[in-house]
Amino acid sequence: MPDTAILQVSHLSVSFDTYAGKVEAVRDISFALHRGETLALVGESGCGKSVTCRSIMRLLARNANVDAGEILFSGEDLLKKSNRAMRDIRGGKIAMIFQDPMTSLDPTMKIGKQIAEAVRLHRDVSRREANARAEELLSLVGIDEPTRRYHQYPHEFSGGQRQRIVIAIALAADPEILIADEPTTALDVTMQAQIIDLIRDIQKKTGTSVIFITHDLGVVANVADRVAVMYAGRIVEIGLSDEVFYDPRHPYTWGLLASMPTLATDSETLYAIPGTPPTLIHPAPGDAFAPRNPYALEADRIKEPPLFQVSDTHYAATWLLDPRAPKVYPPESIRQRQAAYQKRQEEKEAREHG
Amino acid sequence: MKAKRWVKYICTRLFYMALTLFIITSATFFLMNALPGTPYNNQDRLTQAQLDMLNKKYGFDRPLFERYINYLGNVLHGDFGVSLQFSDQPVATLLSQRMGPSLQLGLQAVLFGSLVGVFLGVIAAMHQNRALDVFCSLFAITGRSVPNFVVAVLLQYIFAVTLKVLPIGLWDDGFRSTILPTLALSISPMAESCRFIRTEMVEVLSSDYIELARAKGMSEIRIAFTHGLRNGLIPLITVLGPMTVSLMTGSLVVENIFAVPGIGEQFTKSILSNDYYTIMAVTILFSALLVVVIFLTDILYQIIDPRVRIEGVQ
Repeated sequence: MPDTAILQVSHLSVSFDTYAGKVEAVRDISFALHRGETLALVGESGCGKSVTCRSIMRLLARNANVDAGEILFSGEDLLKKSNRAMRDIRGGKIAMIFQDPMTSLDPTMKIGKQIAEAVRLHRDVSRREANARAEELLSLVGIDEPTRRYHQYPHEFSGGQRQRIVIAIALAADPEILIADEPTTALDVTMQAQIIDLIRDIQKKTGTSVIFITHDLGVVANVADRVAVMYAGRIVEIGLSDEVFYDPRHPYTWGLLASMPTLATDSETLYAIPGTPPTLIHPAPGDAFAPRNPYALEADRIKEPPLFQVSDTHYAATWLLDPRAPKVYPPESIRQRQAAYQKRQEEKEAREHG
Repeated sequence: MKAKRWVKYICTRLFYMALTLFIITSATFFLMNALPGTPYNNQDRLTQAQLDMLNKKYGFDRPLFERYINYLGNVLHGDFGVSLQFSDQPVATLLSQRMGPSLQLGLQAVLFGSLVGVFLGVIAAMHQNRALDVFCSLFAITGRSVPNFVVAVLLQYIFAVTLKVLPIGLWDDGFRSTILPTLALSISPMAESCRFIRTEMVEVLSSDYIELARAKGMSEIRIAFTHGLRNGLIPLITVLGPMTVSLMTGSLVVENIFAVPGIGEQFTKSILSNDYYTIMAVTILFSALLVVVIFLTDILYQIIDPRVRIEGVQ
């Protein structure tokens, strides 16, 4: 695992001014994105994952305020950049893929032109060279007959193909970071798999770092090197994919994993986390998840838990990890996961040693 | 293949346009003949014998249906009859003399008005709910509510009376004499398109493909004019077409104020005096223009919006 951080988000807080009051959408989050890795941001709708990424792109709505923090990219704080400098970074160094491919493309412009436009914004090339590059990108993302399809309009493509075109636009200037904001949510399952394969494939070829936003843990397992679980504007657990999937420590992660159907699920009903996420207008003190958390301690209602270190790469924000906390056993399905994981690790070690 | 589809589409449309004109012409012909009174302005003093003689001269003694068939035949040959109020001049000559100024003023006003209006609308949308937007909206509301004859008089007072830079009226100074009436007429298309484009653009600018354009690293102004405007223009075309016709066919009041020898005045007079052939000719002219403009609008739609292109032409 490469350990050079290409992007470092530190103590970022973002709020929105609304008629109902100030919504604290992102509250003091920190994470690093390493060169060449895929980091998944996971959480329910409204947990702040998209807002975090939009802050990186500086594409927040007009009523949003970045209250604190810094976002270091190649040693420079993106939050302090001028609009003009930011325009060079957007699409040039950091590109973004959006959720709904059906509406992400300009319906009145040929798709080839939309790609070539992105090329010319960041590369000093002639129109002809940009067109050639656009066709190249189209075949890279798996659109057949790029020369013919260059001249077609978005409505002549299917949803999956449109998402491929959006990806082609994102790749136009060989970005160092690709932010995929729920790129498969609007697609059907077979398309999802194809798009995820495509993103992985491209990452292998180009070595781009990827931030993958999703609320679908099944998707995460396929793509991510590391996973950050977000709840109510905070990162509650972050670690390597295996660590988060097989040795989760935060009760919220337990809930998420328990509510995910697997082939091994034998009970008839699927688990659901009780309650709903809190509103983030004047959030109550303590752990925001406490009201929905069957394992909540008294401390959770009083003081926000810090991120406790589980391993070099694994952190979780729950008082359960405090040495003073009572010993708590996670739900049955999670214990099964942990056991299976442990067994696998032991087998792996055994194999390595002999 | 593509060309063939276009030819077929245009032929179909032309057929329907002809049909529309035929129906309008027929309806107007029968409705007009149902009006009370005669075209003779001194009919009270005419004896029955004199009336009969006049009716015979103009063919009004024939049965209505026969006159209708005759009229249609003449129109197809380009003969629109003679004007009864302007000493038996052929209607065609009369109209063609007066058509020019109205057409020119109308086109100029629509072109200038919609260009400025679209620009203001885009600027307003880009600054939604901020000072510039409020200013543009105020302008649009004012433009829509102040009648154009008030604007006309105001313009005359400022530019002709006080500053003395432009002629106050008449049609004898080439382009210079068209400026003030054009400005007066352009206020309403300007306000209308400003309001329209603003509403459209506010929506367009919050759409996903605009967000994608921002993520590409485009500047706001480029986004607004390359990706935004093309999408925002589509509904404006629909209102702009009929507006063009109503302006091209002359504004009675503005033409009067600037003493422009246009067609607006003639139409009103012809109705008041039962000048049958002029009413018919002007109606046919208006409808023809409207039908043609709607046709052009649809063609324009297909050029701007590729989605319509497929549905319309296939």
